[in-house]
Amino acid sequence: MAKITFITSDNKTTVLEGSSGSVMQLAVDNNINGIDGDCGGVCSCATCHVHVHPDHFEKTGMPSDIENDMLELDDHVNAYSRLCCQIEINEALDGLVLTVAK
Amino acid sequence: MKNSTFSDPFENARQEKGYGEMNDQDDPVTMLLRLKDVRKCAHNWKTFQSGAVPGRIVIPSEVNIRETRQIPFEVDPPMHKTYRDLVEDWFKRPLQQAYQEKLTTIIEDIVDEVLAKEIAVEVVEEFALKIQSRALTLLLNIPFEESETWISWGTHVFRSEDTSLDGEKAAILYNYIDEQIDKAIQNPGKDLYSVLLNSEIDNRKLTKEEVKGVMILTFAGGRDTVINTITNSIAYFAEHKASLERLKNNPDITRKAVEELIRYFSPLTQMGRVVTEAASVCEHAIKKDSRISLCWASANRDETVFENPNEVVLDRKMNPHVSFGFSHHKCLGATHARQIMMVLLETLAKKVKFIDIIDSEENIENLDEFQRKVGFDSLQVKFNK
Repeated sequence: MAKITFITSDNKTTVLEGSSGSVMQLAVDNNINGIDGDCGGVCSCATCHVHVHPDHFEKTGMPSDIENDMLELDDHVNAYSRLCCQIEINEALDGLVLTVAK
Repeated sequence: MKNSTFSDPFENARQEKGYGEMNDQDDPVTMLLRLKDVRKCAHNWKTFQSGAVPGRIVIPSEVNIRETRQIPFEVDPPMHKTYRDLVEDWFKRPLQQAYQEKLTTIIEDIVDEVLAKEIAVEVVEEFALKIQSRALTLLLNIPFEESETWISWGTHVFRSEDTSLDGEKAAILYNYIDEQIDKAIQNPGKDLYSVLLNSEIDNRKLTKEEVKGVMILTFAGGRDTVINTITNSIAYFAEHKASLERLKNNPDITRKAVEELIRYFSPLTQMGRVVTEAASVCEHAIKKDSRISLCWASANRDETVFENPNEVVLDRKMNPHVSFGFSHHKCLGATHARQIMMVLLETLAKKVKFIDIIDSEENIENLDEFQRKVGFDSLQVKFNK
């Protein structure tokens, strides 16, 4: 079980717990504002863009080349950007803090 | 070749030079064929604009048959965002449970109807057009009966069989929308016309012409595209019976299957942009005031990104396709289209045992250098339960 914190653009903080599946699905299932996950998690829509807290970037790792290609043309991209459909939930993510990127 | 095989006519040109050329009504187009180029140019709205003369970014060009600007589609930032923000929430309604339940009823009824028939069904007219039209009543939030009018128009709003652009057919739609806007002014309701008429931007109400621009986009953008996606998917499941079985036994992959079918069929081949300053793509000079196209269909088969691009891999995990476009102008109706496909696949898996193709006529687009199969003019099948 991993506790993951989402901070949305209205500065609302939500802490969710998950044990499997993608971080995007956890967010969508719990109506996190700004995480739409339109494509269901196949890295096609970039509607699940988050900024990982800089101290936690090691937990999530770097984006793949395909994910990076999607992110580099997003207006809200920064050095800690990830598409959270590409982050699988596991115990190592416990304590992760994500800011929704819009 | 199988009915459900949609080959990639762009492969050689994409690998060798990265672009193709097409003359469209004496307004030539440089077609960009690689995924990265397509994405970069889609994002670069300053050099590759959408807000040109209405109809010019569409290929074939609609300059000669349309004066109304489609909104937000033919508007560039920052005004584009103002319009988009106005309609975005409305077009996300397909995520609501009540919407999905009504859509399921619509699609299940039509599937039950074709399963009850002893004879073959022509999928384009008797199945796909019906689903598309009836589902559109949900998106517009208007009475179901209105779909009968749209079904009576036939499969193409703009195109007829003998000419690629048919001004008379286009006028049917434009006159119809004018009438509906006038009706909504007299009797405002909870439909999209009324909502738009009551909307404000920059402290003023939208004009009738702006409302018409949104409505033309809503009708035209989601008609051929949705019809082709549904029809082509039926051809696919007819010729891949194990895939239908797989969806039955493993419904968790349905979401991925929807994306993969939409990638593989790429229902909209390309969309144009007008070049505002001299530019270069793939070491090819592009002149100011000429046109480029973002060739979604080619980008979706880019072998440098997609493994086995010419195969349907139903549970494809990484699928960064651009069938719904990319960047600011990504398809407004995508949520609705995806939901139609989700419900269709679930319903086929639940109710249909197998499908047999009896006869077919392919719909081939002539793109000068390239000939691309985009769907079917006719597909006769027998649905079996």
